[in-house]
Amino acid sequence: MNGFPRGRTAIVGAATFGIGRSPGFEAVDLAAHASLLALADAGLRPADVDAVFIAQPQDTLAGLSFSQYLGLRPKITDNNRSGGSAFLLHLEHAALALDAGLCDVALVAYGSNQATASGALVQTSLSSPYEAPYRPLRPISSYALAAARHMHRYGTSKRQLAEVAVAARRWAQLNPEAVARDELSLEQVVGARLVSDPLGVRDCCLVTDGAAAIVLTRAERARDLHARPAYVLAAAAATTHADISSMPDLTVTGAVESGARAYAQAGVGAADIDVVQVYDAFTINTILFLEDLGFCAKGEGGAFVEGGRIAPGGALPVNTSGGGLSYCHPGMFGLFTLVESVRQLRGDAGARQVAGAELALAHANGGVLSSQATAILGTAATL
Amino acid sequence: MVQPELDHRRFLAEGRFMLQRAPSGRFVHPPRIAEPGSGDTLDWVAADGRGTVHSVTVVRSKPPAANYNVALIDLVEGVRLMSRVDGIAPEAVQIGLAVVAKIVVENDAPLLVFVPQAP
Repeated sequence: MNGFPRGRTAIVGAATFGIGRSPGFEAVDLAAHASLLALADAGLRPADVDAVFIAQPQDTLAGLSFSQYLGLRPKITDNNRSGGSAFLLHLEHAALALDAGLCDVALVAYGSNQATASGALVQTSLSSPYEAPYRPLRPISSYALAAARHMHRYGTSKRQLAEVAVAARRWAQLNPEAVARDELSLEQVVGARLVSDPLGVRDCCLVTDGAAAIVLTRAERARDLHARPAYVLAAAAATTHADISSMPDLTVTGAVESGARAYAQAGVGAADIDVVQVYDAFTINTILFLEDLGFCAKGEGGAFVEGGRIAPGGALPVNTSGGGLSYCHPGMFGLFTLVESVRQLRGDAGARQVAGAELALAHANGGVLSSQATAILGTAATL
Repeated sequence: MVQPELDHRRFLAEGRFMLQRAPSGRFVHPPRIAEPGSGDTLDWVAADGRGTVHSVTVVRSKPPAANYNVALIDLVEGVRLMSRVDGIAPEAVQIGLAVVAKIVVENDAPLLVFVPQAP
């Protein structure tokens, strides 16, 4: 028994707001905008919300401030912070609480104005005193150390990493909301200025503003609120470490665990998934997660992404929004993987729509490959 | 009583590279008050000092600041830690390089780094 209430809850509202640059707004304003849009998507108002799940970039008590802002009196206030994966943990916990009858309408929200406020990724955690004196760039050097090890062990190349960035860009070119849509070639990615070897500036996610929100209810109510609910078939998470020096194996993430549990909950396997969103803070992430989630064998992720396999027209649609690399990256991207999954399952993804998408996998990462969380959503046909 | 960070800094200031060891013989880093998993007590013991580069990245700086490396070192005791390899160009540090610990002073504080082992 895995205990997860497969298909008994659903996402009935999903929205983004302020993607790119949103001068004049505070992070909480953006989160509130996205939340109102997501609630309107489900025909609901703030007063209907009785469970709130939020992790804001800098406000560690956002569960309180955000509830005050929207006038919520939540029975459940979840401010869980596991890095960018937090929102998939929120989804997991919201599904459990809804199914248990502890709440009726759950709102998961995020907003960041990091691009206009500081122009850089906002740091939300403390540096380890055993790492900080060596001045690793946070967080890229940690990912670079994992990438270097993957390249050493499996022969993964800079060009294969570049395939990830180019595929993301080609998807972004089909997404009018995406921030980075100009042409990008493998040569440009490979030849881009190095930041922390082997990762260059085009291996890195964007720095943008943006907000997202989703609204969940129990499945029996979902059909009354939205014509095409995205049912929550699985949500599972794993934590393996905090600092990169304590990661058990630099080439294997906790996605192995979270993915296996999510597949078991949903009763499906990697081969059944129609569309994939993985948190691509850096190009190496996509390769690691495709391996760890079973889309290819360990060590074969580099070869797997070659030849545009994950790009538009390829065999496996991955990061159809353009991902953190080319769609947006407002500090924590996890919630955006869920919104894009919902859009694909609804058939609302416009030029980037994956035909016949019934099963969507969303995977998010927190810290420095530290927290991994996997969700599987499906249409009514998958229940 | 173990005061992890304070003890670590004091040992380095005394020119000693120490690691924590559990009753099981397992070595632990970073320092803490108990063995992870078991909760057993930890004792400080002198580290051998030898290790191997497990992974490395070169942080590219804007001139005139110099590039530098950040490395993960696998110690012979079986623990991995973050450090830097000195005595060699940052770009020349390779995975698998045999290194040995050295305590230097940087920004008025002792710092554990590694240098290539003599052949």
